[in-house]
Amino acid sequence: MIKFNQVYKRYPGGHEALKNMSFEIAEGEMVYLTGHSGAGKSTLLKLIAAIERPTSGSAIVKGQNIKSLKGSALPYLRRNLGLIFQDHKLLFDRNAFENVMLPLQICGFDHRESAKRVRAALDKVGLLQREKSNPIALSGGEQQRLCIARAIVNRPSVLLADEPTGNLDTEYSVEIMNIFKSFHQVGVTLLISTHDESILRQFPARSLSLKAGELVA
Amino acid sequence: MKNIVLQHLRVIRFTLQRLRHTPGATLLNLIVIGIALSLPVGGYVLLKNVQAISEQMAGTPQISAFLTIGTSQEEISRISQQLKEHAAIDRIEFVPRDLALKQLQQSTGLADVIGGLAQNPLPDAFIIYPIAMEVKKLELLRDDLKSWPKFEHVQLDSSWAYKLEALLNFGRLAVFILAAMLSFALIAITFNTIRLQILTQREEIEVSKLIGATNGFIRRPFLYFGLVQGLLGGTAAWLIIAISLKLLNYSLANLTHLYATSFTLANLSWSDSISLLGFSAYLGWLGAWLSVSQHLWQIEPR
Repeated sequence: MIKFNQVYKRYPGGHEALKNMSFEIAEGEMVYLTGHSGAGKSTLLKLIAAIERPTSGSAIVKGQNIKSLKGSALPYLRRNLGLIFQDHKLLFDRNAFENVMLPLQICGFDHRESAKRVRAALDKVGLLQREKSNPIALSGGEQQRLCIARAIVNRPSVLLADEPTGNLDTEYSVEIMNIFKSFHQVGVTLLISTHDESILRQFPARSLSLKAGELVA
Repeated sequence: MKNIVLQHLRVIRFTLQRLRHTPGATLLNLIVIGIALSLPVGGYVLLKNVQAISEQMAGTPQISAFLTIGTSQEEISRISQQLKEHAAIDRIEFVPRDLALKQLQQSTGLADVIGGLAQNPLPDAFIIYPIAMEVKKLELLRDDLKSWPKFEHVQLDSSWAYKLEALLNFGRLAVFILAAMLSFALIAITFNTIRLQILTQREEIEVSKLIGATNGFIRRPFLYFGLVQGLLGGTAAWLIIAISLKLLNYSLANLTHLYATSFTLANLSWSDSISLLGFSAYLGWLGAWLSVSQHLWQIEPR
């Protein structure tokens, strides 16, 4: 599903964010990405979502080489990925329902079918009662769940989550991890970056450990 | 296919909502576009009207050729024959001097003056209707006829119409320059409106790109906005012109009444109206397109 081979990412100015990165994530696998801030976790996720391109090496995501991916093919790769951001990236000019609707509008889904899917996704993350709320009126945990609903509404086969529990209390974190676990059980490939030890203990899975841009375990 | 149409309809509805959402800015933009367009289009309408009037007055071009007084009947019939055989001449009309005098008496009300004349001062004349309409060819024919020995004076009657035509051409050029400049203004207005929209929707664009929106999808609402704004601006220009003409016609009626004639300024024809709307919509679209291609690539998710 995701295969990195000797991937380097060097930013202009010489900073090397990722060095000699090689790993593979199988379909349906759940994998943690751990390490201190600045270790390169976000960069790695950005490479997978083709937000950044590798400087050298091959990064294959769903059979597509990110390095040589054409700009016109990029949207279609991203439609297969559900992206969950630490800062949620929700739009505050529309309500929760419309936020989750956006990916389906982009893909050109039929309106009635979309509405059903949006409600199903909101139900999944426990926000069905809040569909009319503006995201700004939601708590941090609720915003994170809304972001998850938006990421899954399109039924992607891969979910990438960048510190999804980063700013949350333990209680909320567990709630969110339970949601992820349920996706894992239905065969979604998951890559979750975190530095939360308690989560790693409670929901054990394979870990990719990063340290200063290198894979250490 | 049905889905694609529905998507586009949704974008159009969304565009209209957005226009309604900021009524003040929308109204100002439409007025500015309307005024900018109504100047050259109004000029065009006036030129069209002047042209129509001039055509009414000028009719087909003719050449009057006056014979030397005392030309004999045989010579007249010989010249008549030569004129009929001339390749550049459609038909001719012979006006004998007696007839010309009678016509002059009847038409001008100078009967007393003319009656007092000892002899008829008018020459025999041919009225010649050429085949060609172009001013160059007419002048050529006139010069040719001038060189014939028995013609005292040859006159191209509608030369004033050609002077008017030259004046109209000048007017057309002025309108064209005005139209070109104000078209740029319209493009610039749309360019800037869209630029501001893109800036305020930066976040939405970024998020849309992250969740798989194609460039076409992101561009679409902006292009429709430009198109609709241009179309509505064109409609505003049409209304400005229609209302102005109504007012002008009203006062023109008073004026022409005094001169015992009547004519009214015609509004834009159907096809001209459609051209105006189509062109303004296109310019709006173009401005939006330029703006989008200038600014959209700068917004990439980080």
